[in-house]
This record gives sequence, C-alpha cells and structure tokens, in this order.
Amino acid sequence: MASLKEVRNRITSVNSTQQITKAMKMVSAAKLRRATDAIVQMRPYAQKLTEMISTVSSKTEAGKENPFTEAREVKNVLIVSITSDRGLCGAFNANIGKATIALIQEKYEAQNQAGNVTILTLGKKGAEYLGRRGYKIDGTHTEIFSKLNFTNVRSIGEEVLNAFASQQYDVVEVVFNEFKNVATQIIRTEQLLPLAEKDSDASTASSVDYIFEPNEAEIINELIPKSVKLSLFKSLLESNASEHGARMTAMDKATDNAGELLKALKLEYNRSRQAAITKEILEIVGGAEALNN
Amino acid sequence: MFVEIITPDRKVYSGEASVVTLPGVDGSFQVLNSHAALVSTLAKGELSADKETFQIEGGVVEVLNNRVLILAEGVNE
Repeated sequence: MASLKEVRNRITSVNSTQQITKAMKMVSAAKLRRATDAIVQMRPYAQKLTEMISTVSSKTEAGKENPFTEAREVKNVLIVSITSDRGLCGAFNANIGKATIALIQEKYEAQNQAGNVTILTLGKKGAEYLGRRGYKIDGTHTEIFSKLNFTNVRSIGEEVLNAFASQQYDVVEVVFNEFKNVATQIIRTEQLLPLAEKDSDASTASSVDYIFEPNEAEIINELIPKSVKLSLFKSLLESNASEHGARMTAMDKATDNAGELLKALKLEYNRSRQAAITKEILEIVGGAEALNN
Repeated sequence: MFVEIITPDRKVYSGEASVVTLPGVDGSFQVLNSHAALVSTLAKGELSADKETFQIEGGVVEVLNNRVLILAEGVNE
C-alpha cells in the first residue's frame, strides 16, 4: 500500500487538476454564450442578403453566367478544413481531420493521386493533424478564433474567391462542425464553390418595381461573392460555438472523473491512516505486555 | 424614414432619419423621405444618416416603403 505521504500528494495534485478543469468549463460556458450570440447576430444579415439575391435574380438572367456559378471539370480541389486553435475539447479536432481525409478518399481520390488536392486549414489543430499525415496544406490561418469577426474572415473569403475565379481550383469544399447543442456537433461538408444553382421561383419574386443602380447584373455580381463570404463566416461561427460546446462537455467530464478519483484516493488514504494507527497501538500494547512479563 | 445598418457581426444602427447620404459605386447620393424602391451597390466610403456618420467597407442598400436597409461588410464609426 502506498505510504500516507504519497497518497496525500496525489490528492493535492488531483484536487488542483479538478480546479483547473472546473475553471476551464466555466470559461467555455461564457465563451459559448458569446459564440451563440454571434450566430444570432449574423442571422438578419444573412436573411436579408438571400432575399435581395432572389429579388434581383428574379429580374435578371445575369446571375446565370457568373464566374462563381460556373461548374468546370474537377481537376484541382481545395478543401477548407475548420478546426480550433486549442486542444482539450474531446474529439472535436480529430473528427474534422478524419472527415477531411474521408472526403478526399471517397470523392477526390483521383485528384489526390495526381497531387491536386489542396487543403486550407483554419485553426492550428487541423494543420497539425493533416500536416502530420502528409497532405498538401496551402496556407493556415490561426488566431482567427481569438477575435472572430467578419472583417478577418472577409480577407480569407476573398483569397478563396480569387483562387476559384482564376481557375486555380475547380471546386471548393468546407468541412466544419455544426453546432446543434452543447453536447452535439454535427460534421458537415458543404460545397462552397461553384455555387449550386438555386431555383428562384416566381413565387419568391417580389412585384415591387425596383430601381437598380448601376444595373441588375452588376448588383448580382456584387451580391454573390458576399453570400459566399457570408457562408464561410457562418461555418466559422458554427465551428467556434461547437468548439466551446465540445470543450465544455469535455471539461465537465474531466471534473467528474477527477471527483471519482478523489473519492477513491481519500478512501485509500483513510485506510492506510487507520492501518498505521492500528499498527502503532499494537506496538504499544505489545511493548506494555513485554514489560509486565 | 427608418434607417437600419447591419453587418454580419451586429446591428450597427437603427433609427429615424430624414436624409441618408450613401456612397454609391458611381458616386455619392442621397435618399430622402418617400424615395422610390431602390437597390444599389455601395462603395467604400462615408455614409451618413442625419447627423450620424459611418465609414463603410462597401455593401448594398435597399430602399422600400420608407425603410432604408444597408447591408455593410464592415463599419467604422
């Protein structure tokens, strides 16, 4: 049996670990709230933008031959893989890494053999995971999650859009964690570019006679890149909220486990303490006996 | 008329104004009360609603039924 001192030391160390995990859980809970707020804040913009696109495209055919809707033969693939910068959040990052690899193997195996699959990782953990496994990583953005706002994401979006427009890539896919609730994240793979043709039915077309300035075609050409950037931003927000949710659950479990461990250790501590006392009493009694004889 | 400025991050401004000056791609223009329905793209520049001014990073504006809605990509107050 471990000595009293050893057990006492272990109890102290488990105790401080528990304090840390408890604190991390609280921090994640606070950050999660902010992250979900950001999703809510983004919604009116997203809704209005979609509305505008359908209004304008119902009045014009111009959107049909936009450079971002053009479906080309798939030669070069860009996969945007969204992970977090920090660990200690359960299987959050590993899942994205696995999903990215699965996507490459299932859908783009031929392109991968030819070395034409490139990965853009947003978040340090994904870059580490995929880099270790020898995938071609072109550009890693870290530290975007410490201050996640549209201004930072916009430049990334523009990079991707330009690369697609200049035919550097023929298809762009995004892999990210979608936030369902604190305990559940759903892995999603979405095609960012080329944009899927959306049927803007006559039913959604408004009867209002708008003045379009400068003209319909130019407006739609402005709006479409915006909606692409916004959907990238949305993925990042979702992933950010998921990260904090995942960390919260992971830390909650860690706190529980530390509690269990403490219980077991205390039992052991008390047992060895009692054993020591019993031993001492036996020694005293034995000594007294010896004197009497 | 009612003016709203929203970005993907937050709602920057909402309130009544009698005149809105917008940085259109072909030059700055103003919208007054009861303006006809309009959709226009905006360049980077200064936007003002009565006395309030904002620097926007480009966006779009929709004017409909005395409601001016500005979707901006970024705003510095």
